[in-house]
Amino acid sequence: MSSSAVETQVYSRTQRRDLSVPLVVLLLSVPALIPLFVVVGAVFTPEQAIWVHLASYVLPHVIGNTAKLVLGVALLAGLLGTSLAWLTSMCEFAGRRFFDWALLLPLAMPAYVLAFIAVGFLDYAGPLQTWMRQIFGSSTWVPPIRSTGGVILVLSLALYPYVYLLARGAFLTQGRRAQEAARTLGLSAGAALWRIVLPMARPWIAAGIALVCMETLADFGAVAVFNYDTFTTAIYRAWFGMFSVNAALELAAVLLLFVSGVFLLERRSRAGVRFASTRDTSMRAPRIMLKGTRNALASCASLAVFSIAFLLPFVQLLVWSVTRAASDLDSRYWGFVANSVVLASSAVAIIVGTALILAYLQRRHPARFVNGLIRTATVGYAIPGTVLAVGILVPIVALNNVLQDLLRMWMGPAAPSLLLQGTLLTVLLAYFARFLAVGFHPVESGLHRITPSIDEASIGLGVSGARMLRRVHMPLLSTSLATAATLVFVDVMKEMPITLIARPFGWDTLAVRVFEMTAEGEWERAALPAVAIVLVGLIPAALLTRRGEYVA
Amino acid sequence: MSQCLSAMYLAVVMLLSAGLVGCQRAPSELVIYSSRNEQLIKPMFDRYTAETGQAIRFVTDDAGPLIERLAAEGQNSPADLLITVDAGDLWHAAERGLLRSLESPTLEANIPERLRDPAGRWFGLSVRARTIVHSTQRVKPEELSSYEALSEEKWRGRLCLRTSKSVYNQSLVAMMIAAHGEQQTEQIVKGWVANLATEPFANDTRLMEAIIAGQCDVGIVNTYYFGRLQRDEGDIPLKLFWAQLADGGVHVNISGAGITTSAPRAAEAQKFLEWLSEPEAQAMFAGANLEYPASPAVKADPRVVSWGTFRASELNVAKAGELQAAAVRLMDRAGYR
Repeated sequence: MSSSAVETQVYSRTQRRDLSVPLVVLLLSVPALIPLFVVVGAVFTPEQAIWVHLASYVLPHVIGNTAKLVLGVALLAGLLGTSLAWLTSMCEFAGRRFFDWALLLPLAMPAYVLAFIAVGFLDYAGPLQTWMRQIFGSSTWVPPIRSTGGVILVLSLALYPYVYLLARGAFLTQGRRAQEAARTLGLSAGAALWRIVLPMARPWIAAGIALVCMETLADFGAVAVFNYDTFTTAIYRAWFGMFSVNAALELAAVLLLFVSGVFLLERRSRAGVRFASTRDTSMRAPRIMLKGTRNALASCASLAVFSIAFLLPFVQLLVWSVTRAASDLDSRYWGFVANSVVLASSAVAIIVGTALILAYLQRRHPARFVNGLIRTATVGYAIPGTVLAVGILVPIVALNNVLQDLLRMWMGPAAPSLLLQGTLLTVLLAYFARFLAVGFHPVESGLHRITPSIDEASIGLGVSGARMLRRVHMPLLSTSLATAATLVFVDVMKEMPITLIARPFGWDTLAVRVFEMTAEGEWERAALPAVAIVLVGLIPAALLTRRGEYVA
Repeated sequence: MSQCLSAMYLAVVMLLSAGLVGCQRAPSELVIYSSRNEQLIKPMFDRYTAETGQAIRFVTDDAGPLIERLAAEGQNSPADLLITVDAGDLWHAAERGLLRSLESPTLEANIPERLRDPAGRWFGLSVRARTIVHSTQRVKPEELSSYEALSEEKWRGRLCLRTSKSVYNQSLVAMMIAAHGEQQTEQIVKGWVANLATEPFANDTRLMEAIIAGQCDVGIVNTYYFGRLQRDEGDIPLKLFWAQLADGGVHVNISGAGITTSAPRAAEAQKFLEWLSEPEAQAMFAGANLEYPASPAVKADPRVVSWGTFRASELNVAKAGELQAAAVRLMDRAGYR
């Protein structure tokens, strides 16, 4: 075959892709785009009176608060996640094998639960300050937990695992060999970290921090425990307090615009930089052996984070479960667990599967339109869950009503009643809209690792098409896929608003049980379903880190 | 393998959803949307089903999303009854035309006029009284009089409040607007804020714990939270004080219900609602959460009775919904977070 013939062939294939790829991407993103349209659509019927009020009395305060919170959590969670991941994946210290997976466990602890326990324990009336007053006579010098610093601390402890998990994947797949090479070239361990290891892991760390920021923006449960006003609490205030769902949607639209802007800037800042690596999953390259004080420091730091973010709150939950909720435990719990697991694993299959397809389409066809579309489809994660739930429910109900009318025209009064809005399919569609970002970011970062040169080499060796995907790409992507699956699974286990509004009658999950208890302020009784969420959420986390060892 | 798994999941999910869409519910089954949580309402449903054979299905969520769902579903909604834990939510649903007017001598006889919609679209089923709680060690009951008086100088640094995001505080302030007008109410709320010992709390229980610990001396709570703390902690150095609103009574909210405009089984729903207003159901409904029965003929739980009797405000609870948005704006202006 002459070279011009090959060129023509490649050219014509590109031509065809031009049309089909954007179409497929559009089709796959539709469920995630619809609620965004509903939210943004509200802008066309502005609630002027409420906006004037918000602009003068509410927004200045909540915008400042939100900025402080997001920046603080991004910094602290980013720092915790990255440094702990570096310690457990690049170094050797006492207890490393245990902390490698134990530091992931806070992922399964819902942020609002951690917040409730932290405030209960550390506030003026809590055991710590009470004890201090008994000994020293006063506890006024203790910094108040219900403060900006307190919220930042608690949310960071709850959310750092997102960064930890992604950064850990980056460090493991990049191999310690990069670090070894840098050190062979005469760099100190510190210089190797700053000049080689961290820059090479940047897309992963950025993706983790992006997820943390979006989760922080969307959070209502944890900030409500602190009575800390953010943009999201303003959204709920307009809706539940002033009965204006429209004003709430408009506020959410502003939030969306802001998040999209920030992401655009972040993407631009690393445009043109490529993050490839050789296929290096070598286990042999040595870890940095920490000795003496450093060894002790690494162990202590890991133990401190693990205890505060997971162990102590978990013990508190267990105590409450036994003392306050023991009588709530009955055979129905098996059903709740099963329902939670079915929903979470179905969501994993749908979301991670679609994320994988989208990431591939984007890689093969990096047009601006495709990029923009995917970017847009993944910002839903930053919208408060209840708003997104209504954003997806309203169009589905509309569709249901149209179908119902058609059915009545066709079959007359004997037509069966449809109830699309109360089905698992709707619940899963809404999860898709909410958690696509959680599945997509890890997979996209993972694909950065697979350079065109890997494809070329593979094709040169006669391995192409589906075989190349299976034999070459999948092993390289497995850590990213497992990360995405774990994050989606655990997030769905904890999700409340979507499950509540769209679940079929009587189809209760563990998260729904938490709602039933906390709705009337019976937090201690909510400990029982919360413990179950943590325990079930632990399973994928444990599986992930165990297989992570093999990859490494 | 992962593709195989995905295909399997998809198949299962499709089957489940198809089954749930296809399976028509028995047409006689009552469908209820409730923001009163499961453990407080399910015993009522079970009892009614046992007595009458009427099957009931329900879904629980916050009132906001439930009302949006009801509105979107319109004529095709499967829901017959909406139950909420706040008069404002019922008022809002009625305003949007989601609830229908009833003519029911039974309900009118059992539920006092001030606890139901003047147009008969919703009815209170239990009363949630919100009043002053104080430390028995640092406050004498003689020092207390009304909610308004808590804005006086002598309470500087001694008052604890729950957040203004709580609908119970929103309805309390709405009722104060109804009694005093906006201007005077704003002065009172500003006085409260100036008297705060610490940032507002996320819930009533934490507030009472703060009074016990000595962080502040007095606060405003719903009585059933006090009852729960008393039940769980035993002897606590706290007491309820029956506060006065301008017209002389304690501020009350309701948990109540209304029949939806589109209710496919309106007659059956009305029968159930009437049953809920009868003595036996009233005792159960309120007793489950240490609330007060809406029907004056029914006695409250013995623990609730032990707190003494009070005179409730004469204002119709519908006012709480009507003025709620104004109350929220007022609290924003007064800096009450």
